[in-house]
Amino acid sequence: MTGKSRAPNLMVFGVLLCLGLLFLVLPAYHAGNLARIMVLAVYAMGYNLLFGYTGLLSLGHAMFFAAGMYGLGLSMTGWGLSPVPAFAVGVGAATLASAIIGFLALRTRGVAFMIVTLMFAQAGYLVILYFGAYTRGDEGFVIQQADRMIAGIDLSGDAARYFTAFILFAVCFLGLAWLVRAPFGRTLIAIRENEERAQMLGYDTTMYKLRAMIVSGAISGAAGAGYALLFGYVGATFATVQYSIFPLLWVLLGGAGTLIGPLVGVFFMFYLIDISSAVTSAYMLIAGLALVLLTLFAPQGFAGELRKRVFAWLP
Amino acid sequence: MEFGPHLLLASLEGFVTAAILALTAMGLSIVFGVMRVVNVAHGEFYMLGAVIAWWVASLLGGHPAIGFVLALVVAPLVVGALAAVADRLILQRINYDPDRTIVATIGLLYIIQQTTLMTFGPEARPVEAPFNTRLALPWFEFGDKGLTMFWPWGLSTTSYKLFVIGAAVAILLGLWLFMRHSRFGLLMRATQQDRETALAFGIPVDRVYAWVFGLGAGLAAVGAVLVVPIQQAHYLMGQDPLLLSFIVVIIGGLGSLPGTIIAAVLIGMSDGIISVFFTPTLAKIIATLLVAMVLVFRPQGLLGRRAQ
Amino acid sequence: MSDIKSNKPLFTRRATLKGIGSGVGAVAATGVLPGSLGFAQAQSSEPISIGFQVHRTGIGAAYGRWYSRTTEAAVKRINDMGGINGRPVKLVAEDDGTDPKRGAEVVEKFATQYNCDVAFGTLFSHVVIGSAPRAGELKLPYFVVSEGHHVASGRLNRYTLQPGITDVKSQVKAMAPFVAENLGKKVTMIFPDFAFGHDHRDYFSAAIKAQGGEVLETIAVPPTETSFTRYFPKIPRDTEVLYHVMVGPSVLTFVKELGEFFGPSRPEIFGFIDSLEAVDIRSPGLEFLNGTYFWEGNPRHAQADQSPYDKNFRAAVGVDDRGASLSDSKDVSTYSHMFGCWETLNVIKKGMETAGYQGPADRAKLIEAVEAMTDMAHSDDHPQGAKWFDGKTHQVFGHQYISKVEDGNLVVVHTTSIEDGMYDDEVDYTTRPL
Repeated sequence: MTGKSRAPNLMVFGVLLCLGLLFLVLPAYHAGNLARIMVLAVYAMGYNLLFGYTGLLSLGHAMFFAAGMYGLGLSMTGWGLSPVPAFAVGVGAATLASAIIGFLALRTRGVAFMIVTLMFAQAGYLVILYFGAYTRGDEGFVIQQADRMIAGIDLSGDAARYFTAFILFAVCFLGLAWLVRAPFGRTLIAIRENEERAQMLGYDTTMYKLRAMIVSGAISGAAGAGYALLFGYVGATFATVQYSIFPLLWVLLGGAGTLIGPLVGVFFMFYLIDISSAVTSAYMLIAGLALVLLTLFAPQGFAGELRKRVFAWLP
Repeated sequence: MEFGPHLLLASLEGFVTAAILALTAMGLSIVFGVMRVVNVAHGEFYMLGAVIAWWVASLLGGHPAIGFVLALVVAPLVVGALAAVADRLILQRINYDPDRTIVATIGLLYIIQQTTLMTFGPEARPVEAPFNTRLALPWFEFGDKGLTMFWPWGLSTTSYKLFVIGAAVAILLGLWLFMRHSRFGLLMRATQQDRETALAFGIPVDRVYAWVFGLGAGLAAVGAVLVVPIQQAHYLMGQDPLLLSFIVVIIGGLGSLPGTIIAAVLIGMSDGIISVFFTPTLAKIIATLLVAMVLVFRPQGLLGRRAQ
Repeated sequence: MSDIKSNKPLFTRRATLKGIGSGVGAVAATGVLPGSLGFAQAQSSEPISIGFQVHRTGIGAAYGRWYSRTTEAAVKRINDMGGINGRPVKLVAEDDGTDPKRGAEVVEKFATQYNCDVAFGTLFSHVVIGSAPRAGELKLPYFVVSEGHHVASGRLNRYTLQPGITDVKSQVKAMAPFVAENLGKKVTMIFPDFAFGHDHRDYFSAAIKAQGGEVLETIAVPPTETSFTRYFPKIPRDTEVLYHVMVGPSVLTFVKELGEFFGPSRPEIFGFIDSLEAVDIRSPGLEFLNGTYFWEGNPRHAQADQSPYDKNFRAAVGVDDRGASLSDSKDVSTYSHMFGCWETLNVIKKGMETAGYQGPADRAKLIEAVEAMTDMAHSDDHPQGAKWFDGKTHQVFGHQYISKVEDGNLVVVHTTSIEDGMYDDEVDYTTRPL
């Protein structure tokens, strides 16, 4: 028994240890990729809390990612904030956005929830264009290298960027590992499995779903802010529908409702595109075929299949 | 332009949008209603319809009407067959699992888009309308001399745009008759209401599903053939119709075909009319939020039933 | 008034640049000598590799295709003439999906995975702005062909340059005098609600005001719009000139619906050819364009006084006298933009030769060599026309063409001077560290 309950903890720390050590062995190009993957995995983890654990399919998370991104970007270029408080502004903006959208959208469920979140996110994208005087619309803006410093460390350096991404990932990863096994997380899973039963057991499920939405939005916003900070660019593309569909895809591929799934999904999609696009310009064809084959042969996503077949304890 | 003529023009444009939208969304609504799956590749079937229309028209030459009429027949058949094959090859094997269907149809979307890009190319290609006369429209106004008629600057439409509205209405009527009175329509409705019972009564549910998926894609293709003389065939043209169709289907109420049509008209018209009062992008924002709020306060859609 | 304003700093700028130029030249000369001895001894016959960031998929794919063809033709010509510094040029092309996120990843790939000497070729502004920070951080010279004002505005960095195509601010400014003098002074503008459209709005409004004209109304069309008629009633009745610029796959719908809206009573119409780039001007429904005017970056239809350079350029890229592909007359090129790839590659070649470029360690020298460039003569290297490069702002300035549509032909009626498109420097990149 004790061995079983220790296994998830071992896995969590094992993953972090591996990611930390990988920087030392990977060539520069792949280390850079991994930094991106970790930040995007944070986004996917935030999405996974809502979709994988709570069972709510949102198509509007790009709005929260973008809220974090623009919150950080605009407060740095507009108000001259330094990165740390600007990061807080970004996360704050995403939290606020997810609280408002959650409050409204949670009146609906199922496909209606999907569409309502999609439309709010679409409105959010158009708002970014509408205020082009401040946001530079679709073109976006650059956060200059000189401004992206924390305590004298240039975040655009290879090591600094990698480990900033790593810290962001580790904090979210550990936090979520704890959260999904805490009573709060258990309740979310209960809601996913059978909301009516959870209600009858006396849980205010709407309140729980709203909280899940806010935490999910805040984490997505942290990813957006982190991406802007580490890669120096803020743009409206990140607010488009595609960027709402991506986390869904990553999570489904990696394994919805698993802790490690989002990281696996992002990693897989990133390298699927990166490698196939070096070989052929028809990489979308390869990506499409891979997705179809995966649904046929690994329906639970990578981590989900692992849990089903090998490690039943996978959190 | 004066307010009245402006409103009329925007409404006319809204009607054209609504007509195409109703066709495309109807395809999605039928699939959604019967099979309960989210088909993310629906927009790509629409795009394929337009691309095939271009192939047919450019291969034939001669009077544009010949190519157009032929495309109206060929495109939905080809696209429908393709969709039915996809259903058999993929969706049936994953048992219409909701999550997996999303991933699989995203995959399908990539495949169709890339294949079109490699064969058809990245350009937007025009198809000539069978007829396209500019019709200036009159406007009536009470002035000092009583009711007078004048021709406002710019108030006009084209004969083809009017035809699109008429054609969409005719096709939807035909579809309604088909669903009401044909044997296939009966099978479909039976399957929609209760899959298990339908199976028990010996209805070949698998085949019905393939036909339904094909029919849905075919309707999208018809919408695209109608629209392609106004817009152009382009390999990325599927995204907007996909999103709009989704919205229409949900706003109309899941599985309610009349609801789908009402929602299509409502969304098409509001898009046109709101644009009269605000600057374009602001109008889009307001229209989007309005539609979202409709769902917030009526989560089951306009004509949907309460049950999930 | 504005001419005097922009001319005055120009002369001083030229003088100082000449100073810098000769200084760099002297430094370079000492470097060139061993260098040229170097390839005589075949020290390195490794190809120079140019990372080509190309829009193969996504919204920019139609442009990307022609950027590819032009780039391949230019590289072939350079290699036929003996390469750069005696070394052949190798193109490493990778798709960026017309997406800024992927764009940045591709630039990284060029720098750290493929070890490219330079990166080159991006068109869409958001991809440029998304990718440029990484190019700057990795100190990879990044030559864009985008016509955005992002480079000259000072928002990018020391390693990002645009030496092969003029920017939108300059293009728009050069148009205003012609519009005001020949077409009318009351202008209504229609443009996409993108930063690119806003640049048109802001710079043209200012420029037409300087000509004593005014902008009556600005209509910003939301992105991904596929029908436009409902926006046209916002055009005021007393509009003398309609100024339009549109991008994306729906441009033909836009122009067609414009014609259907106006019917027989249209105002003067002045458009940027972007609205019809890669579209045949004789497409059905465009007949009303006869008698309207277009800005062209490079005249799509071969003119009566065609230069031999333009003739050679068309032959090399495989484009006929109407700007369509030699193998398919329906495949119309992006003629007003793609010359930029050709000219940029020639600038890279010249820069590398001046700097005695040997390998990635000389990237900074390459930047300085290009910054020192000034006049570029109308030639086979620069078939679009003569240009003047501003080393401080990393932006080139050149001639613009205004064409009138006559019987479905684009006939050039006015060519602006380089000075018409000049404006005050907004940045001095040379003061930033390399």
